[in-house]
Amino acid sequence: MKVVLQNLTKQFPGRNKQPGVTAVNNFNFEIPDGELIGLLGPSGCGKSTVLNMLCGLQKPSAGRIFFGEEDVTDLPPEKRGVGMVFQNYALYPHLTVLQNILFPLQNLKGEQKLSKQEMTDRALEAAKLVQIDMLLDRKPSELSGGQQQRVAIARALVKMPRVLLLDEPLSNLDARLRLQTREEIRRIQQETHITTIFVTHDQEEAMSISDHIVVMNAGVFQQMGKPQEVYDDPVNLFVAKFLGTPPINVFDGEVRGEALFIGADRVLDVPGVRDGAVTVGIRPEGFLLRDGGALRCRLKAVEIMGRDKSIVAENPACQSPTIRAIISAEVSCDVSQTEIGFDIKPQKLCLFEPESGARIRFAAK
Amino acid sequence: MENRDTKAWLYLLPAILFLGVFMIYPLVDVVVYSFEQGYNSASQSFSGVGFFNFSYVLRDPYFLQALKNTFILVIITVPVSTAFALLISVALSSIKKLQDLFQTVYFLPYVTNTLAVGLVFMILFKRTPYSDGLVNLLIGWFGGEAVDFIDGPYWAKMFVLCFYTVWVVLPFKILVLTSALASVDRNYYNAARVDGTSRGRIFRKITLPMISPMLFYLVITGFIGAFKAYSDAVALFGTNLNAAGMNTIVGYVYDMLYGNSGGYPSFASAAAILLFLIVLTITCINLLVKNRSAKN
Ligand SMILES: Nc1ncnc2c1ncn2[C@@H]1O[C@H](COP(=O)(O)OP(=O)(O)O)[C@@H](O)[C@H]1O
Ligand SMILES: [Mg+2]
Repeated sequence: MKVVLQNLTKQFPGRNKQPGVTAVNNFNFEIPDGELIGLLGPSGCGKSTVLNMLCGLQKPSAGRIFFGEEDVTDLPPEKRGVGMVFQNYALYPHLTVLQNILFPLQNLKGEQKLSKQEMTDRALEAAKLVQIDMLLDRKPSELSGGQQQRVAIARALVKMPRVLLLDEPLSNLDARLRLQTREEIRRIQQETHITTIFVTHDQEEAMSISDHIVVMNAGVFQQMGKPQEVYDDPVNLFVAKFLGTPPINVFDGEVRGEALFIGADRVLDVPGVRDGAVTVGIRPEGFLLRDGGALRCRLKAVEIMGRDKSIVAENPACQSPTIRAIISAEVSCDVSQTEIGFDIKPQKLCLFEPESGARIRFAAK
Repeated sequence: MENRDTKAWLYLLPAILFLGVFMIYPLVDVVVYSFEQGYNSASQSFSGVGFFNFSYVLRDPYFLQALKNTFILVIITVPVSTAFALLISVALSSIKKLQDLFQTVYFLPYVTNTLAVGLVFMILFKRTPYSDGLVNLLIGWFGGEAVDFIDGPYWAKMFVLCFYTVWVVLPFKILVLTSALASVDRNYYNAARVDGTSRGRIFRKITLPMISPMLFYLVITGFIGAFKAYSDAVALFGTNLNAAGMNTIVGYVYDMLYGNSGGYPSFASAAAILLFLIVLTITCINLLVKNRSAKN
């Protein structure tokens, strides 16, 4: 089921003379059928509000929502056929795992009503899918965080929803479990082909399992695309900074005569860019270590991380205290030297307007 | 380790002393009195030891009347007040406007003195040379026969007593239940709504189980409180409750000690012990039921 958001807006009125909040501002995008979408943005940017409008718990201030061709904007939650996994799972603590999974089925009325046997079969099927079929008689408090997570997913899936919504489903898990569970979510989504929207503030999480990611900030849509495309080709400084660990290195630079200068160093030719101040973003993997390289930096430390080496350096033009460059572990680096030089890979360097943060494009050679 | 133990005991000492002097010692004393036949507190003498006091009390028609009254009061007011409190708190927590105002209104009787509320009930129910009371006025409007609620038939007096008791205990229960309802995580309701759960089912399957510990607390304290009722009856029917036929067990104990027929600490102790056994039994049954239902 494809999901279309049309001019979707949500405003919360201010209280006690406080100004109101526009949690979601004029969203327009389309989620293709059967895809896993990562909705990504910092905390408080309106991600949960988008999900709540999609599942019908909150009414949009303006705009429409379509599931396929059907306008569901005015439908109550139960008529939309959505499954939702809440951030804290919201498993009913007094019911067993099986009873929790059965709960949505027992709500069905009229023609959809199922026999006891059918319900149990469906619940077992959902439990098997998330691999918790041996825990059915436990209470939620007797489960680990990861197991509770699976129960919540099973409960959301058991009605066979048209759209599955997950609100920060991994944020309560420890790092190892997070990794494992996100693979699991990917697997379940690929087995069921249910259009899934996965909300997270963790860019790595979103990038690793999504077909497409949607980046938003302060209620405003930023960019949608395949994770790699958005990473390589961000539309603005916010997106560039938000994606990637370690984060992109940001410098104050200047363009003179179609050449980019960082401090006094002439770093790169940037054909077609007007003269003036620019903000320069360089991905950590965009640095090539070379004696006498274009960008000169003061070496601070070299961190060995097995596969890669991370070089920590300083440059006065950099907006953060240190630069972080990732280079292959085979490249040797003399730790005793104080100054090092880098050449920059043009496709790993982005230019932005200093004020608006909008991308300035140039034809890299 | 031992050092810590002594310290702990030291900290507990004031409480233990206090409880020992004002609770344990009198309790033991009451038990002792209840087995001493014809105990006289002035001369500290008694004429024998045995179950005489109990058999006397259990055959005393005033005690049996008090027992009956107390049981009726308990059986009617505990469920009724709890159910009403639940109804009102659910209604209160689902309205948005003026919620604080209504909460205050429902809480007022709690901070009002029992006897003052009793006075209000007098005006509502008491028959005077000038009027039959407000309630009788209403009954008259609907074409009914006026009833004397204060000096009239037994059922009318019982009705007033139950009404009054429910009225007095309601605010506290509403307070407890509204806060219990407010503390249920909204996410459960959101999850249930997304799954298309009807309101009735949400209430039965989510709200009720979530607030059931508080409900049990209210039922148990309600039972205990109602068994100990006394001042309510006095507020309505005056101090000579035996004559009015509206005495309660605690009232009987009081009468045996200080009332018109007073001066019998042994009988009073025996009645008090009987009350204690009844409350203990009921509370144990309550706890058993609670544990049983918690397991399911
Ligand atoms: N019910 C509400 N009333 C008022 N403001 C709200 C409400 N819910 C969310 N907000 C505001 O809307 C913004 C977005 O919130 P939310 O969607 O929860 O963010 P996220 O899930 O991305 O962390 C926040 O600034 C938050 O304070
Ligand atoms: Mg959120």
